[in-house]
Amino acid sequence: MGAEFVQFSLTPILIGVFSAIACALPGNFLILRRQALIGDAISHVVLPGIVVAFLLTGVVAAIPMLSGAAGAAIVAVVLIETVKRLGKIEPGAAMGVVFTTMFAAGVLILEQTDTSQVHLDVEHALMGNLESLIWFRAEGWHSLVDPVALAGLPDELFRIAAVCALIALLTGVFWRWLKVATFDEAFARAVGIPAAAVGIGLVVCAALAAVAAFDAVGSIIVIAMFICPPAAARLMTNRLESQLWWSVAFATLSAVLGYVLAGYGPLWFGARNAVSAAGMIATVSGLILGLACLYGPHRNRIGANRHGTP
Amino acid sequence: MTSFFDAVTLQAGYNAALVAIGAGLLGFAAGASGTFLFLRKRALVSDAVAHATLPGVGLAFIMMVALGGDGRNLLGLLAGSAATAWLGLLMIEWITRRTRLAEDAAIGAVLGVFFGVGIVLLTVVQTMSAGRQAGLESFLLGATAGMLREDVIVIAIGGALAVFATWLMRRPLTLVSFDSEYAAALGYDVRRIDLIMMGLVMAVTVIGLKLVGLILIVALLIIPAVTARFWTERSTHVIWIAGALGGTAGYIGAAMSATAPALPTGPIIVLASAALFVISLFFAPRRGVLAAILRHRRFQARVHRRQGLLALAARHPIHEAFTLRLLQSEGLVRRDGVPTPAGLAQAVKVARDESRWKIAREIHQDAGLTGRYDGLTPIEEVFTPDEIAEFDHRLGPPRAVEAK
Repeated sequence: MGAEFVQFSLTPILIGVFSAIACALPGNFLILRRQALIGDAISHVVLPGIVVAFLLTGVVAAIPMLSGAAGAAIVAVVLIETVKRLGKIEPGAAMGVVFTTMFAAGVLILEQTDTSQVHLDVEHALMGNLESLIWFRAEGWHSLVDPVALAGLPDELFRIAAVCALIALLTGVFWRWLKVATFDEAFARAVGIPAAAVGIGLVVCAALAAVAAFDAVGSIIVIAMFICPPAAARLMTNRLESQLWWSVAFATLSAVLGYVLAGYGPLWFGARNAVSAAGMIATVSGLILGLACLYGPHRNRIGANRHGTP
Repeated sequence: MTSFFDAVTLQAGYNAALVAIGAGLLGFAAGASGTFLFLRKRALVSDAVAHATLPGVGLAFIMMVALGGDGRNLLGLLAGSAATAWLGLLMIEWITRRTRLAEDAAIGAVLGVFFGVGIVLLTVVQTMSAGRQAGLESFLLGATAGMLREDVIVIAIGGALAVFATWLMRRPLTLVSFDSEYAAALGYDVRRIDLIMMGLVMAVTVIGLKLVGLILIVALLIIPAVTARFWTERSTHVIWIAGALGGTAGYIGAAMSATAPALPTGPIIVLASAALFVISLFFAPRRGVLAAILRHRRFQARVHRRQGLLALAARHPIHEAFTLRLLQSEGLVRRDGVPTPAGLAQAVKVARDESRWKIAREIHQDAGLTGRYDGLTPIEEVFTPDEIAEFDHRLGPPRAVEAK
């Protein structure tokens, strides 16, 4: 746990943790509202958004890419709603039609344009590049108080930290609205809470988290983090407050354990190369969910017997 | 364009022709079997199945290399992908049955986690000495370029088998997806038929991996079924229309992508499918947007005509512009809003219809008939002449609308 750890592992772990928490917070509400797959759809349409942003601006820079991705997420949500209403199609199928088409368009545009000069490809978009976000200037733990070294921290860290803080803040500020609108939309409207706006705000927040996390860690982790930690937390408690804390804990645990296992695990088995950190974080979150499904104190439906079917 | 024509008419080489035929068969099988998923409202389960194939591909490669093989044998890779896809399916079923999590959460969890495991395995493969050239990434988005002839034959035969299996299983699958409770009452094992349905979906996914890739294969299962639903109200027709749409998209897409290097097969097939969807969304005869707009306009015209004629009968002036235009165009009122003789005759008829309805709703007991009063339906369409004569008897003889 010396200088090498600070230089190579500290920032990726922090970025992983912030991404996981930023996704897990809105994920809690998406799961309770049966909208878990919105996260899936959003993480697919991020690619066309980034490609179009690159085409328009011609540079691979953070701000245009993030706004392109966020724009694509909003376009996707609007399109899903339009297809659902115009065609009277059930939401799952409408989602499937829209996000696959947008993803296909993204891949086609990417193939059609010359992006060989820049680092922009589908695999990178899927897998992220957590391992490469290292802190070059760090020389040890004392670098944490050294302003020159701190200036060399990767930008991704600040962006994802800011997004994570923003989402945590919004969750706190709109807590009562979110809670009431999630559990009883009709009651929420009756007491004057703008339930529809809360729903849209939640989706926008999810998109924001997906886009920011995607920038750092790729889209696999985004889907897994939207769903696995909150789902596992849902099996641990009946109270929304505790569920949120559980989900944050599970997200953090997945990110830290996943990164460590990916970076150092293969070495313990005698292999020389690390494996994908993003993939391993998703794997660990899945293992946590699996354990929660087997042993979580509140895993059964109320009224169901121990053997599942009522 | 000539190269596209060549490809469509199977003149662009043996491999390209086989790929196009294979894609067409695959599209047909995917469209037909996806219909059952769509009707059962479980379309996105297929997305989880598709993503769950990735760890199987990696595992199969590692095992084949460990056993001293080549590792790139398509049949072996497909068998591996089928194994983990099946595992993923069982996990979804287990989570939804045994815990209180809803199906969408189970789908998302399986999708994300299996894909994550798959990516981990892919990075393991990349570090193996045999794995550097494995090209397993092509399973993500599909790649027909550089496909071996054996691979193409596997896909073509697999597609044909999937079409055959769909045809074989069409009756129980239709029954369950259309009305699962009725199927259960008839004694069918709904859970097993659901698993067969998923097995078919899985087979299509696995066969399509190399062609379309695991991220986009879900489009082949969902889009044709959704598109076909616009064209018919009969479940048996949806299946074959979806199959035809999927087959067309697959064939045209594969042919088109063979014409130029930068046209990846999977995305082109998906976009062809999406184009058919958009056309259907707007122009389908009954459920399309255009048809809905026309229907709305016709209804609007009927309401305005009726209300306008009632106003004429009551000698009220009409101010509403659309009603005036409508009545003018039918020659029922003059340009200054005064009714023509034809207009007066129509007005009397409509007013009498309204009075008859009023009597009918007072004296008739059958709410199923009087409930059909909506201010538009002529009474002759609901009651028999005898009954109408009875209403007229109570109403008195018709009177002319006298000018004031």
